[in-house]
Amino acid sequence: MTTLRALMQPHRIVMLLLLVAVVIWCAVTLRWDWIPEYAPLALEGLWRTIWIMVVTCILGFALAVPLGLAQAVGPWYLAAPARAFCTIIRGTPLLLQIWLLYYGLGSLFPQIPWIRGSELWPYLRQAWPYAVLALTLSYAGYEGEVMRGAFSSVNKGQLEAANAFGMPRLTMFRRIWLPQAIRNVLPTLGGETILQLKATPLVATITVVELYAVSSRVRSDTFIVYEPLILLAVFYMIIAGIIALAFKRLEDRVPG
Amino acid sequence: MGVTDPATDTAIESGRQEEAIRVTDLHKSFGKLEVLKGVSLTAQKGDVVAIIGGSGSGKSTFLRCINFLETPSAGQIVVNGEEIKMRRDGSPVDRRQIERIRTRLGMVFQAFNLWTHRTLLENVIEVPVYVLKVPRAEAIKRARVLLDRVGLGDKADTFPAFLSGGQQQRAAIARALAVDPSVMLFDEPTSALDPELVGEVLTVIRDLAAEGRTMLLVTHEMKFAREVATHVVYLFEGRIEEQGPPEELFGNPQSARLQQFLQTVG
Repeated sequence: MTTLRALMQPHRIVMLLLLVAVVIWCAVTLRWDWIPEYAPLALEGLWRTIWIMVVTCILGFALAVPLGLAQAVGPWYLAAPARAFCTIIRGTPLLLQIWLLYYGLGSLFPQIPWIRGSELWPYLRQAWPYAVLALTLSYAGYEGEVMRGAFSSVNKGQLEAANAFGMPRLTMFRRIWLPQAIRNVLPTLGGETILQLKATPLVATITVVELYAVSSRVRSDTFIVYEPLILLAVFYMIIAGIIALAFKRLEDRVPG
Repeated sequence: MGVTDPATDTAIESGRQEEAIRVTDLHKSFGKLEVLKGVSLTAQKGDVVAIIGGSGSGKSTFLRCINFLETPSAGQIVVNGEEIKMRRDGSPVDRRQIERIRTRLGMVFQAFNLWTHRTLLENVIEVPVYVLKVPRAEAIKRARVLLDRVGLGDKADTFPAFLSGGQQQRAAIARALAVDPSVMLFDEPTSALDPELVGEVLTVIRDLAAEGRTMLLVTHEMKFAREVATHVVYLFEGRIEEQGPPEELFGNPQSARLQQFLQTVG
């Protein structure tokens, strides 16, 4: 942690003063009177951004583990489709994937009677399931590739030791192989999670009202352009900072 | 030539002892390269068998075949009277059996292979808790005793990366002891250590020998082998070239190859 003493060096003081000046200038000269009116919507958007990011990262990672494992040590009939999936996901724009799922599946489903009649239909006619699906698949595709390398990178001696003590394969995977693989790529995963956060605004294009969509709403309602965008940037930076800090904590807990 | 018949058991000829390990006519090939060409060896309970030989003699492979880290090509392995069921090609019939037998063989590696994402204490309780299903509290109690014993009681919550090679190897020995193995397998336990750290590890192994632990020890430390072993086996190109009690093998080597080997390693 940075101590107060470390902050009190001349160049740091100058930087801090500059920051304070910018904040004061922003506060005084720019328009913020729209905030009270849009605060509830912004909070809703913030919440939606966060849960979409968290849920798609967790689901995506859960998919990435088998994808990586299949590619690293799986038989060809598992490795090949896993590789194809990762290649396709990583080779096409996320925006395209979101639209294909939303406009493709989304217009296909209503034509199938048993889907229209199913219990899931009230959800499937909304936009967010397609957003969650697209972001999950995207995260799975990228992290599947990361995990492939991660599984291969675990020192053979570590697994050999587990073998030598008669550890059953599933226990070895759960206790030794997976944790070590994740540990080895934690810095990468941290970066990818921040990228995932910054990919969430794309779902605004299919009518999911998350944080970015709120700033667009403010702009189109009030013709105030910069202020909502500046605030939006600050929000994303704070969330990204929290993610980075959380991953740093994790990394510090176990030395690599 | 003075070459002992490889089929002869290496056990000390004395009354009725309990057999810990019996290996008969073990073969191992990597592709076309035959590394073990029929090695037989029996260790009674309490024996300390040192396996010596030049690099490429097959001594590590032999040790690793015993717990199936390498799959033997042919032969028979009996641990505590239980024969490991093998197919024609040497591959194990029953994975469960291999796993069960492995839990009775405490292995210590040249490269320590402590699990780097766990503290020393977690390393030592890992197998008892997650394989042998010992209650956690009990495993921890025992692990602390073992860590104390190898002189690492104060390092229980440290990660392996922060320890010297000698400390890591002592912790690895504690990990192997935690399963209360009927036989301990040492695969060149001091070869990766700085010279000044070798002593502390040998001291621990010496104590184990003194308390009557059954051990198979692949080593380059001739002086140590001579001191702690009850029986020494010299491997040359995948065969037992000579074997016997340490005084005889080191004091009066019969085979020309062993004589030359002992001269080169000093």
